Amino acid sequence: MAPQQGGDARLQLGAEVAPPTENGELVFEAPWEARVFALAHHLCDAGLYSWDDFREALIAEIAQWDAAHPRGEGYVYYERFQAALEGLLVSRGLVAPGALEAETAKLAARPHGHDH
Amino acid sequence: MSHDHDHDHETPSGPALRAEALEALLLERGLLDPAEVDAVIANYGERVGPLNGARVVARAWTDAAYRQRLLADGTAAAEELGIVGGPGGQMERLVVVENDPAVHNVVVCTLCSCYPWALLGLPPRWYKDPAYRSRVVREPRAVLREFGVEVPAEKALQVWDSSAEVRYLVLPERPEGTEGLSEAQLAALVPREAMIGVAVLQALAGEGA
Repeated sequence: MAPQQGGDARLQLGAEVAPPTENGELVFEAPWEARVFALAHHLCDAGLYSWDDFREALIAEIAQWDAAHPRGEGYVYYERFQAALEGLLVSRGLVAPGALEAETAKLAARPHGHDH
Repeated sequence: MSHDHDHDHETPSGPALRAEALEALLLERGLLDPAEVDAVIANYGERVGPLNGARVVARAWTDAAYRQRLLADGTAAAEELGIVGGPGGQMERLVVVENDPAVHNVVVCTLCSCYPWALLGLPPRWYKDPAYRSRVVREPRAVLREFGVEVPAEKALQVWDSSAEVRYLVLPERPEGTEGLSEAQLAALVPREAMIGVAVLQALAGEGA
């Protein structure tokens, strides 16, 4: 009676997934993935680029990964997604080259206390 | 979290940190409204989702004329139910492929995990995995078997590779034993996996079974 669900574990793709409790399940591994996903959509909605532009950047990122990993090592999908978004924003002049690294370093230098 | 990434020379570049940095930069430049980003997340998590695809399937099962329109022009038929828009407000062309006793359909995007978001919400993790994307083309029967779906040898198996222009959605066969159900009840039976083609719906036990 219950329809087949998931199948994730049976494909043995290397990580457990949150059990699909119901149809509306979110499928992010970590909160940052959802932020990056939503960010890409929001900026597209805001007209900074078309979704085609983004998709091309994503395809290129994944192709680049595949070319660099001939034995088929997997990638984290949202890391490719993130790289595509970053590259697109830099190429559009919306983020200055190097600014992201500088900002990341600044955030990393915050006093810790939890996460690390 | 993990302490095994190298600390040699690079500035810290954990993806979570980079994501936070990117958002901060865009916010600084006035390109971003964080509340809008939250709204996108909420929308995909709650309002969009496989429910839209399930509504389309249930309508097709109960309305033969709608089914014809859906198979002829998936985009227009989805719009009839008020389902429009992926990112940027536009929806790629939707093509609906129908399972029947002779053919089973399964969907993949070998290139980049294109997915009919407006109908199915966010893609499941395995859909984006390189293992699924390459293997389902080469050995679809074996992959489906791992999902618990045995496609008999005499049944054709059609793999649809999504592209930048086209999104595919599988119209599953209506399970037996569902004759008395309403459209809404039917929609509740249709999981995302069935609309990708990696699950088939089981007959409902009950009267006559």
